[in-house]
Amino acid sequence: MSPLSRLPKFTGRILVTAVLLAAAGLTLLPFLWMICASVKTPQDYYTSQFLPGGDGLLGVAWERLTLGNFARLFREQPVARAVINSVMLSSLCSVLCTLCCAAGGYALSKFTFRGQRTVTVVILATVVLPPVLLLGPAFETLYHLGLLDTYAGFILPTLAPAFGLYLFRQAMLNSVPSEIIESARIDGCGETRIFFQIVLPLVRPMLGAFLIISFIGTWNNFIAPQVILQDPERHPLSVAIFHLRGLYGADYGMIMAATLISIAPVMALFLFLQREFIAGLTSGAVKG
Amino acid sequence: MKSCRPHSPWTPWLFLAPFLALFSAFIAWPLLRSLILAFEQTFGPRTVTYVGLLNFRFMLHDPMFWVAVRNTALFAFGTLVIQVPAALALALLLNRPALRGRALFRLVFFSPTIVGTVFVGVIFSVLLERRTGLVNTLLHGLIRSWNPDFAWVDGFVMPSLILASLWLSVGFNMAYLLAALQNVPSDQLDAASIDGANAWQRFWHVTFPAIQPVLNILVLLTLVGSFQLFDLPFILYADSFGNGPNNAALSIVTYLYQTGFRSGDLGYASAIGWVLTLVLVAAALLHRRLSRHEEAGS
Repeated sequence: MSPLSRLPKFTGRILVTAVLLAAAGLTLLPFLWMICASVKTPQDYYTSQFLPGGDGLLGVAWERLTLGNFARLFREQPVARAVINSVMLSSLCSVLCTLCCAAGGYALSKFTFRGQRTVTVVILATVVLPPVLLLGPAFETLYHLGLLDTYAGFILPTLAPAFGLYLFRQAMLNSVPSEIIESARIDGCGETRIFFQIVLPLVRPMLGAFLIISFIGTWNNFIAPQVILQDPERHPLSVAIFHLRGLYGADYGMIMAATLISIAPVMALFLFLQREFIAGLTSGAVKG
Repeated sequence: MKSCRPHSPWTPWLFLAPFLALFSAFIAWPLLRSLILAFEQTFGPRTVTYVGLLNFRFMLHDPMFWVAVRNTALFAFGTLVIQVPAALALALLLNRPALRGRALFRLVFFSPTIVGTVFVGVIFSVLLERRTGLVNTLLHGLIRSWNPDFAWVDGFVMPSLILASLWLSVGFNMAYLLAALQNVPSDQLDAASIDGANAWQRFWHVTFPAIQPVLNILVLLTLVGSFQLFDLPFILYADSFGNGPNNAALSIVTYLYQTGFRSGDLGYASAIGWVLTLVLVAAALLHRRLSRHEEAGS
């Protein structure tokens, strides 16, 4: 309950709703404005705020709206290529990263072996490091491995994040009973099968949350692909749009159309899976 | 009957192998490398000289580095004092029991969090344009005397960055706080009401202590996040490679990027990276001490 409940109930409720509606409006305004800008011709962009005025429904000149910005993007700019790159890199990174972290978390949570404590402590200690610290030396390592400006050079360094291992270790400690694994072993079930058919299904919520979190994280990653991938053919949307903004800065309609294309897929994914996503991100708050 | 077959001592290592291999190659090794690099001067990946503590001594007298530190600290402070209270206010409003459409509001406030910082940078660079940008035209519509030619990005460097960052991440903090608020024991709140506590007293004596651990973590996360500011100024001030007018937008990470990848001195860049890391680790340790102290005190 908030301090506002001192107010008479009815007034309080209206006031709260009004404040929330205003805040929600401000939050949505940039999205709305971006969508409008992306379907306007350059002339209409300069003369109208949201949609061009006219005689159509709601006083909008609907017939003047155009998909020309999108057409130009796909015809004249390497945006289709960037969409493919983003989808491919984000899918590969999220699936492989989830597998790596889940398998590693399984080893650290459900086995006892020599060196376990050392490995756990060393890996978890790197959670606090700012990723940018590794950028220079990782660049150097990639250069020596001949992986600069290759897809593998971008993908491989993202696959072993300490926080992913930590999340799966916790999830498996909490929701995978050791007795199930033991009895499966007694029944002669192979170790790989135990992992894929018994352990992974038991941590399905964490699998889902981590998959989307790392998919969106890769999609939005800018500094790493900007440094590692130099050939425009390999640029994901984040880097492509940065160059587009630099080259065609005044072509606002086209820039906003490109931004819309970059945001829409992850937005759709998020709307579909928002429960898992928010629960995954805020799971720390529940445990305090 | 099948016999009990214990796992071989290699099994856990096999499960750990992919993670460990990648971790060693791309995190542990670069980490060690960056420690060595911090004591070297490099020109591209091939020319390397050992320079001892020179990088750190140079940093002490490097005016650009201190400009970057000042800007970053300013941004972190501004973000902290605006974003956390705003998120708490939204979460408290959303947590009112009689509210309708809570899930929808939460979704709306959270949605900008999904948008990558690069894209937020692009959107805001267009929103804040002179004459054609939405912010100027709206203000001109509301206040006739407002100059629609006002260059936000140049005239108001920090406010522009803080505003864009507020839009981007206030929803994340709100979702975190809302989850914490929903775990506040309702029987304690009811008991306080019965004892005649008013709403403010209930907030201050029951709700606030209950959400304080989460609030503490958010303060730390916000600080650590804002000290790594890079994408936003890099996009908004792309013409000057993220420097901004009179270097007013230059952040620590931008400066690191410029020294490492524009001037090609990965050594000095690593030294800057380690100073940033030590500051962040010190902040985390201090934070832990303070929150332990609070827990012990209450």
